Amino acid sequence: MSEPKPGRFWGSEAAAGLGLISPTAIYAILLLAAPLAFVIIASVLTDGYLQIIPKFQLCNYFGECASYKAGADGTLVETQKYLGAWSDPVLFSVMMRSLFVSILVTVATVALAYPMAYFISFNVAPARKGIWLFLITIPFWTSYVIRVFMWNAILGFSGVINSLLIGLNLIDKPLDMTFSIQAMVITLAHSFAPFAILPIYVALEKIDRSFLEAGQDLGENRFTTFLRVTLPLSMPGVVAAVLIVFIPTIGDYVTPKLVGGAKFPMIANVIEILMLKGDNKPLGSAIAVSAMVIVGLISVLFLFLNRRYLRGPK
Amino acid sequence: MTSETSNVAKPDMIEFKDVHKYYGDYHALRGITATIRAGEFFSLLGPSGCGKTTLLRTIAGFEGISSGVVLIDGKDAAKIPANQRPTNMVFQSYAIFPHLTVEENVGFGLRKDPRSKDDKAKAVAEALAMVGLAGYGKRAAHALSGGQRQRVALARALILKPKVLLLDEPLSALDKKMREQMQVELIRLQRQVGITFILVTHDQEEALVMSDRIAVMFEGQIAQLDDPETLYRRPKSRTVANFIGTMNFLPAKILSESGGKVDVESQGFGRLTLDAEAQVTGEPTATGASIGFRPETLTLLFDGQTAPDRESMATVDEVVYYGDMTYYDVRIDGTEQPMRLSMRNVFGRPVLDIGTRTRVGWSPGALVLFR
Repeated sequence: MSEPKPGRFWGSEAAAGLGLISPTAIYAILLLAAPLAFVIIASVLTDGYLQIIPKFQLCNYFGECASYKAGADGTLVETQKYLGAWSDPVLFSVMMRSLFVSILVTVATVALAYPMAYFISFNVAPARKGIWLFLITIPFWTSYVIRVFMWNAILGFSGVINSLLIGLNLIDKPLDMTFSIQAMVITLAHSFAPFAILPIYVALEKIDRSFLEAGQDLGENRFTTFLRVTLPLSMPGVVAAVLIVFIPTIGDYVTPKLVGGAKFPMIANVIEILMLKGDNKPLGSAIAVSAMVIVGLISVLFLFLNRRYLRGPK
Repeated sequence: MTSETSNVAKPDMIEFKDVHKYYGDYHALRGITATIRAGEFFSLLGPSGCGKTTLLRTIAGFEGISSGVVLIDGKDAAKIPANQRPTNMVFQSYAIFPHLTVEENVGFGLRKDPRSKDDKAKAVAEALAMVGLAGYGKRAAHALSGGQRQRVALARALILKPKVLLLDEPLSALDKKMREQMQVELIRLQRQVGITFILVTHDQEEALVMSDRIAVMFEGQIAQLDDPETLYRRPKSRTVANFIGTMNFLPAKILSESGGKVDVESQGFGRLTLDAEAQVTGEPTATGASIGFRPETLTLLFDGQTAPDRESMATVDEVVYYGDMTYYDVRIDGTEQPMRLSMRNVFGRPVLDIGTRTRVGWSPGALVLFR
């Protein structure tokens, strides 16, 4: 093999790298960037009946907008007025609720995942770690929708918990546990637990055990060593877990529908309704883009706040 | 020369009494009984897997023991958790916290120190100056070189003024130049602070250079505990002799023993009378007795030179030139195996070629008989 000559692209390492990622890149562009572009474009166009009218406007985001349909003579007839994504107080409260639920789910998931990851990393014999990680993936063996249904069977009016409590004469009336925000949090936290456990586990595994011994050697007990050494060193894993849980939960619409009932629609449910039944793709797109911007900002903020933990590997 | 007389007044700092340690079926420490004195530079020397690090970790409190007693400054270590022991450790990996700056690392152990913030900052600055890192306090820990990390680790441990400083192969990750420099600095530092240093190393040269006393360990046992000179001059067994430097062996036969004198006959050296007290060592083995000697006790004799003591004829088998030294493998007439001989190179003196016939000078007083 000859040395790559400077200035020659073909045969260089850069070309090899590009060649290696190009199938993935093309795939990602087709499946992610193209729909994304469509959504962004749709969000600044005008809503028509079962179609999008290619007329630029920003009222889907701010201010008052109107839907149109084609009249008999080909002119557009206004059918309905609506408020833009950032102007409608109802949409705003749904967005806030979505954020609130996502934050609750994230906090609950990461708080539950951390001890699990810690246990596997520190208390399980190296030879058994593989089997433990394997066991953690068991929830993935059944479809997400089926698991959400199962939670309904557990938390529902005639579900396992209520039957048990009534059977034990602890309560007379079944507790209303479904169709509530708590039920959504429990279900989502359970679903995302493996996603949170794995990055935290990886971060904990990377911590040289001599750091913990050094902590104790320098006078800290096991708990204070955890606070001063283990926790900060595992922050990259925690940040990853937070993002991995937070980002998909805010866009989740299956759980709110099945466990939360129609009572507590989340932002994704609103988008779904507007895109399909509601036939207002521009507004749906505008909400989707707004949600994306909010999630993006929160994620960047989070990464920024935790930069000091991510700065120095070894 | 032994340091036993000079050290007799110093109290014991660490005492091991029949310490055993098992990992499952594996018997890692097999009855360690030894004393480390206050203020001495003590080394645990041995090949990897000999239990030296395990023994060090029992002092630090990271490793429990299966039976026996470890006393630290007269107190039973079993009752003191690692974070309350008057010991501090410099880890092999240095264990410099990557999420903290240099000064945060050095001041890590001062959290419970009742001194004011300013006093603590001053102490940190002093500790950094002591290890030659003045002004490095604000640096990020991960931006340091290997040698600097080690200095930070030293400062971090010494700032707590421990009674014992434990060093787990602290120099093994450094290059040769840096290692030699740090050896000298560690000795200087130990004299300056007067703290008991316990060093774990597999490098015999490092142990000889730095230690007041050395415990040579094999397979979970202390094979010999002595000052460097005794260890080098009169190793207790062939295993120790082979681990510390190079030693030549020639088969020998003990003819008679009486009145503190031993008569032996060996190939090459013929009949000799050795001093039983100073020159006879080891336990009888199945392979029989042998005469041992270090490479530098044998000298090539050039034209016009006469041996101060005895001389024999030999043939040069191999020449290894080191610049300041030349190592020769020579076969003394009447012997089969080549013996290693080292000569300091002096200006004007030739390096001999392979096959050269030469005279070698030796002295019966420099020989050691292994029973």
